[in-house]
Amino acid sequence: MKKMLAVFLMAAMIVSSFSGCSGNETSDSTNASNETTEETSAEASDEETSSGDSVTFGVLAPLTGDVSVYGISTANGIEMGAKDVNENGGTMEKTLNLEVMDEKGDIAEATNAYNALRSKDVAAVIGDVTSKPAFAVAEIAAEEYADGDGVPVITPTGTSLDITPCGENIFRACYTDPFQGRAMATFAAENLGATKIAVMYNTSDDYSTGIANAFVETAEEKGVEIVANEGYGADDNDFKTQLTKIQALEPDAIMVPDYYSTVALIVTQAREIGYDGVMLGADGWDGVLNVLDDANKSVLDNCYFCNHFFINDTDEKVANFVNEYRETYGEDPTAFSALGYDSVQIMDQAIEAAGTTDAEAVVAAMQEIEYDGVTGHITFDENGDPIKDVAILKLEGGEVSLETKLAAE
Amino acid sequence: MDQVIMFLKQVINGVQVGSIYALVALGYTMVYGIVKLLNFAHGDFIMVGAYISLFAMTGAGMPIWLAAIIAVAGCALLGVLTEKIAYKPLRNSPKLSVLITAIAVSLLLENLFLLLFSSSPKPYPNAINFPSIDVGPIQVSGVTLMTILLSAVSMIALQLFVKKTRMGRAMRAVSEDAQAATLMGVSVNKTISLTFAIGSGLSAIAAVMYCSAYPMVEPYMGSMLGLKAFIAAVLGGIGIIPGAMLGGFVIGLIESLTKAYISSQLADAMVFGILIVVLLVKPAGIFGKNVGEKV
Repeated sequence: MKKMLAVFLMAAMIVSSFSGCSGNETSDSTNASNETTEETSAEASDEETSSGDSVTFGVLAPLTGDVSVYGISTANGIEMGAKDVNENGGTMEKTLNLEVMDEKGDIAEATNAYNALRSKDVAAVIGDVTSKPAFAVAEIAAEEYADGDGVPVITPTGTSLDITPCGENIFRACYTDPFQGRAMATFAAENLGATKIAVMYNTSDDYSTGIANAFVETAEEKGVEIVANEGYGADDNDFKTQLTKIQALEPDAIMVPDYYSTVALIVTQAREIGYDGVMLGADGWDGVLNVLDDANKSVLDNCYFCNHFFINDTDEKVANFVNEYRETYGEDPTAFSALGYDSVQIMDQAIEAAGTTDAEAVVAAMQEIEYDGVTGHITFDENGDPIKDVAILKLEGGEVSLETKLAAE
Repeated sequence: MDQVIMFLKQVINGVQVGSIYALVALGYTMVYGIVKLLNFAHGDFIMVGAYISLFAMTGAGMPIWLAAIIAVAGCALLGVLTEKIAYKPLRNSPKLSVLITAIAVSLLLENLFLLLFSSSPKPYPNAINFPSIDVGPIQVSGVTLMTILLSAVSMIALQLFVKKTRMGRAMRAVSEDAQAATLMGVSVNKTISLTFAIGSGLSAIAAVMYCSAYPMVEPYMGSMLGLKAFIAAVLGGIGIIPGAMLGGFVIGLIESLTKAYISSQLADAMVFGILIVVLLVKPAGIFGKNVGEKV
């Protein structure tokens, strides 16, 4: 019997080591394609091969580990952004190279990777992808910058509020959680004309509470009555009690800022108890259609959520990006890819404007930047957070469509 | 009047959640009652049952009843194998070792399925189209009715099986004194295997009903559900079959009414708090009898 158990455990170990391999393969392929980018850029620059004639950006992303799905997507976008920079004459007529470091989604790894990048003399750092490592890197980078030896840093996708206030050299390309909450409140009040709204949020999640609080604040400023503000726990699967309570208050809309798997359950149950009104959400809803059976997708009719970009946007910049991405990687780009792409382009534009890679000059140029990208028109506020358009998407008949683009306030 | 309707609606919400807890708790209590083993992997058997029925329906295109039968068979087999591989070698070890092994089996199953199918939830088809029943402004969904019905039928069938049949008598004999049962010609191994087969088979039925109510399957779906059902079983008196049923409904109602009238955030605290109170006041559970420990 013990032998059987041992065999079973062995089998489990083999399975796990295989999955480890596949993870490495993906990262290898990313690295490999990354090398090809560097090669192509080297060809493009022909005679100028010495290091003095190229500019290098450091990139931090989790290419393996739990959050690698986001890291790879972002890194691909960054890589494509750099390729486009080189095709359009490079950064200050020099070749733009990328030095990509895998930080595995880990704070300690990210810190080490950042230090390694600094020792390689990079002109700027694009990263990190997830909030916690991004914050750790931002803290060190801000300290170094304050000591007169720093580089500009832009995180493509770190949404946590405390990242950018670390220092004036820290920027981000995505909007923050409260920004989404404010945008959805504006949309509900002004575009939908809602006067009574209920909110349901996950009390144990920063993302959910962050959006919910900002939503409530802005909605009340706009004269909307928040008829219910119901919380639930992270492991809850049954929301009918809260929904029954909410339905009795007859709201015009229910705001549910959470990730798609919970959202799918909440929306299904809301329809089950007979609520067929508007439901609202934020970028965590992206992917909600994939977790519902075809026969159940109609529960999402009459739902709106905001996102960083819309994949079928007819805007030329977005369409070109989506086509090129599909050609290069054989899959659809995500919001992460779009933000990664924009991050490189923003940094490039700032260096061009500054005319030098000197950190202080680039940071000053970033603060003044006006950038038009895949995720919209971007300027930075005093914290280094973007002020940009929000794409509001509508779900109907199992399809996503662009409802409107809200201009930044 | 509105308040009364609201209250009734919330009671029905509670009964619906409770009926799922009851179905899961039956499996828990069945195994505990006979083998005196807390099978902490029971919640994860539900997860396995959910995946089996999902693939039977979406992969092989089977109707739900056939998928449910296959899931029951699959889970029963898993239960018997788990007992043979992980629990049987420890039958004479301290209870704590078996308990820890059960937790290990639970983690092993969760992580194995995480590797095989990733953590992203899979959609569960809308398979049970049982009509809902309207009583005035109050609506009871078909899935709820079916779950209540199934848990009641399972409870009665189990009770009859344990009390009235030869195999049932063998089970009770093994539970009381395994050595004496062996001397009377009862095969302890067979009896325990059968207990695990039935208990785990029940978890597959619970899986199908759970997924019909919450149409999503993911590797961690069983852990919290298993824990709540465990509390239900303890509350009703662990090892006592009607107790599991009652415990399930009580927990469901407490949860729902706490969320409705006190605070959503307090629901879990309330459930676990009541568990502590019951353990202090009546340690054997609502239906439990205080039996002196054998020395």
